[in-house]
This record gives sequence, C-alpha cells and structure tokens, in this order.
Amino acid sequence: MPTTRAGTSSRGRSRDVVTAVEIAGIGLHPFGRFEGKTVTEIGVAAVRDALADAGIERRAFQAAFCGTAYSGVAAGHRVLDALGVTGGPIIDVEAGCASGGAAVMMAAGAIAAGQFDTVLVFGMEKMPKGIIRSSFFAPWQEEAGLAATPAYFALRAQRLMRESGVTRDHLADVVVKNRANGVHNPDAMFRKAVTADEVLASRLVCEPLHLWMLCSPNEGAAALVLRAGDGENGRVRVAAAALRSHLPGNVLSEATPMSGLLDDDVPAATTLAARAAFEEAGVGPSDLDVVECQDTDAARELLSYEELGLCAAGDAAKLLEEGATRMGGRLPVNPSGGLLSKGEPLGASALGQLVELTRQLQGEAGPRQVAGARVGLAHTVGRGANASVVILTR
Amino acid sequence: MPDATAIHEGLFTTEADGAPRLIGGRCQSCGRHQFPRSSLCPHCGADDVAEALLSSQGTLWAWTAVTAAPPGYRGEVPYGFGVVELPEGLRVLARLTQGDPTKLRFGQEVRLQLVPLHADDEGRDVLTWAFA
Repeated sequence: MPTTRAGTSSRGRSRDVVTAVEIAGIGLHPFGRFEGKTVTEIGVAAVRDALADAGIERRAFQAAFCGTAYSGVAAGHRVLDALGVTGGPIIDVEAGCASGGAAVMMAAGAIAAGQFDTVLVFGMEKMPKGIIRSSFFAPWQEEAGLAATPAYFALRAQRLMRESGVTRDHLADVVVKNRANGVHNPDAMFRKAVTADEVLASRLVCEPLHLWMLCSPNEGAAALVLRAGDGENGRVRVAAAALRSHLPGNVLSEATPMSGLLDDDVPAATTLAARAAFEEAGVGPSDLDVVECQDTDAARELLSYEELGLCAAGDAAKLLEEGATRMGGRLPVNPSGGLLSKGEPLGASALGQLVELTRQLQGEAGPRQVAGARVGLAHTVGRGANASVVILTR
Repeated sequence: MPDATAIHEGLFTTEADGAPRLIGGRCQSCGRHQFPRSSLCPHCGADDVAEALLSSQGTLWAWTAVTAAPPGYRGEVPYGFGVVELPEGLRVLARLTQGDPTKLRFGQEVRLQLVPLHADDEGRDVLTWAFA
C-alpha cells in the first residue's frame, strides 16, 4: 500500500527533499483514424517530437513508461526499438482510460524519489473499430448483455439528471461547447461546430445519450519528457500526479460491479485522486485556471465538475449554465475540444491533455489560449476504477 | 422438451413452487449483502459470507435500453438494462423486460423473472435474470 502521509516517500523522506519534476519536452500525433498506420508508428511520431522538443541527446533518458490498454505486450518496447533508444527500463501501464495518467504518476514519482533524472512518458492507442470490447468482462457476462459500455454511461447520466438537475439540454450544451473548442484544434478528429438541435437529433444510443453525446474511440499518441527541475526558466512543473481506485459500494462506479449498497456517500475514485492531487500540489479548485477532464460522454464531464470539486455536489448544471466552463469563463474546461472533439485513444488521452495544458501554461495555445493560465488540471478515469489527476503549474 | 440452462452457475435458482430467486451473499460479520455471492466480504474483509436468497421484488432505481448488440451478446435488441433496489439494502444490475425507457418510472415495483436470451446448440433456452 502506498504511504498516505503527505509528502513522505516510501523511504520516509520529508517533503522538503522530494525532487521537483518539470516538463522538458512535449510531442503529439493527432487523434483520428489512420488506415495503414500501426500503433507503433503513431507512438514513434509522438516520442520523436517530444525528444526533439526537449533538445536532449536521444538516449539521454533513464526510463520510459508507456500508457496503453489495447496495444499488446511489449508495446513500449516496439516504439523505443524503432527509435533505437532501448536499454533502460520500459514499462507498459494499463489503467483503462487513465493509462496515460497512471504512467505519468509513475514517471513523476520515480523522479521525485530520486530514482531517475529524466524519464520519457508516452501514451498511445489504435482502438479497434465498433463498440469497445474489454477483457474486463467474462464471456458469460458478454453473452448476457452486461458488456454494453454506453449503457453504464447512460445509467450514470440518468442519475446525474435526477440528482443535479441536469437535463438533456445541458448534455447537448456540453457537446456544443466542446465541439466549438475543437474547431481551433488541428490535432482533433472533429473540427466542425455543432448545434444543440443537431446533437439531440442524432441517433439515440442508450437513453438519455444520443450518438453525438458520446466520444469516438480512435487512434493517437502523445508524449512528455519529464526531468528533475523546479520549473526555472519558465518550464512547466508537474506539481502533482495522483492515481486512485474506487471504494466498494457504489453500484455505478467505474469498477463496474454487479451490485452495490445504498451508501450514496462513497467518494468516487475521481474525488480521491483530486483530493490527493490538490494536497500534493498545495492548491485547491479555486486556484485552477484551466481544466482538461474526462468527457467520454457529455454527462461524464458534468459529473467531473462535481467529483473534482469544481463545484458543490448537485451543482454541475448550475456551473455549466453560469458559463464558467466555456472559453472566456472563469474556469474553461476542455479548451482542446475534449474527447468529444478529439476522440479517445485510451492510453493517449491523459498525455494529450497534458500536452494541451503545457501549451496553455506556456502561452502557446494560439486560438485556444486561456488568458493568463498558470495552474492546470488534467483528469481521466477508466474502468477498474482508475482515476488520474495531474496538476501542472508555471 | 429440452430443459432450460442458466447463463452462468450460481447466480439464481428456482424454488419448489417455481419462483426464481437471485443467489446473493450475506456477510455474517458485518451484515452487508452482495451479488453475486463470493467467499469474501469486500466491505469488511471477513471470509464468512453465507448464501442469501435475495428478495424477488424491488424498486427501479435507474434504467436505459441498449439499442446495439454489444460484443459477445447473443440476444435481441433493444433490451432494457438498469439497476433495481432490493429491501436487503442492495442495488443490482439487471436486464429489464421493458425495452422502452419511456414506459418506466423511478421507484416502480419490479419483480424478478428468468428470461431466455437465446437457444444453445442443443436447443435449450439459455436463461438470465431480469426484472419486470
């Protein structure tokens, strides 16, 4: 079990001697569908860009972590082999939609503990087409119809509508917001704005979720070079990188159990991760300038507002209606366009969010720029449950 | 007439009068229920979970309908899918016989049934649990 005392590493050192972690370089392969490109080629592109952006000698990192859920064994090795930069430890990390976030936690943690100086962390995926099939479910569960992922999203959406005053119009508005942001993201798969009417007219998949309220699993990769450093010279710091799993009891948690208790106060994995990240970074929700959060479906973004503590429980619809989370609001969420615009290559999601946030904090986000952004939060959550929250500062 | 068969062992049984019952577990240490039954209690960690046949009547807590066959599914679409709250203090995932979500209401009373998903290679109905 990891230590629970803030700032204390497994060797019992105090917070004062935990090494700070900064981002030395970023790289990204656009998200979309790329016939004829292997996941290795997609990963190689992002890693090459990150190493070049960091300006380091190509073998000047001591370890590599690769977040992926569907790329098979030795996925990270194939990428680094192609680049001729193997020799150090190469670890593949699977944590569902939070695979990339989990990889970042391990990479940052290793540097903070003084184990390595420079670490490559990347995420990549080439999702199979159609409804995602997951080895999480036993064959009999698939046969029984228990493996319909959009159905679980729909049940959570319905509960949110019941408990937080969310309506189908709010769900449509999240899509409109994120798709409008995606117009300005050349690396996103969907770059055309949509109207609420169009969203509500799209095919009903699982009531209340229409097709355009659901993101598209697709292909892509992103990479960071992390190194020991406290952010001098304008570098972005990784102020926190937390990963948490679920607590038992919530029937609709991402643990996807077959039953749960009547305890409605079980904190979600996302909440556990957010609390840990805020404590590690020494900031709170009101210090955030920009957020990239999980929007696998429109309701999931609104649920994240509450679970991350961006608003009080029950106030997600209110926060959206206030305009707080749109561009120009006091806390823009998903300026990149979110997964709803980018699509979701699982292992690459969190790394893609961090590339966006790094650009935001460095003032390099162009038409997507959130003015004066200095503190950003990246959130992904996947079946397991695995919830990742990373906080960047500059 | 070929017998029916269960989608998976240990999930449900039929009483002498033909009434279906879900087979859950009740932790002898902390009293909490679980479905399906496992040997350990995930809430308190004890390993004295006794078999508990769950109530066959509950109330509807959440619901939707699946319109596209998910991977590995062998049955008709659309099918109802949701969460039923049982008096034991348990919420269970279940198929719903009502595949039109507009016809269901929060809190309505629903009753356990065993329904056929499809026929196996020997012509036997493969049964799963559902609420109606």
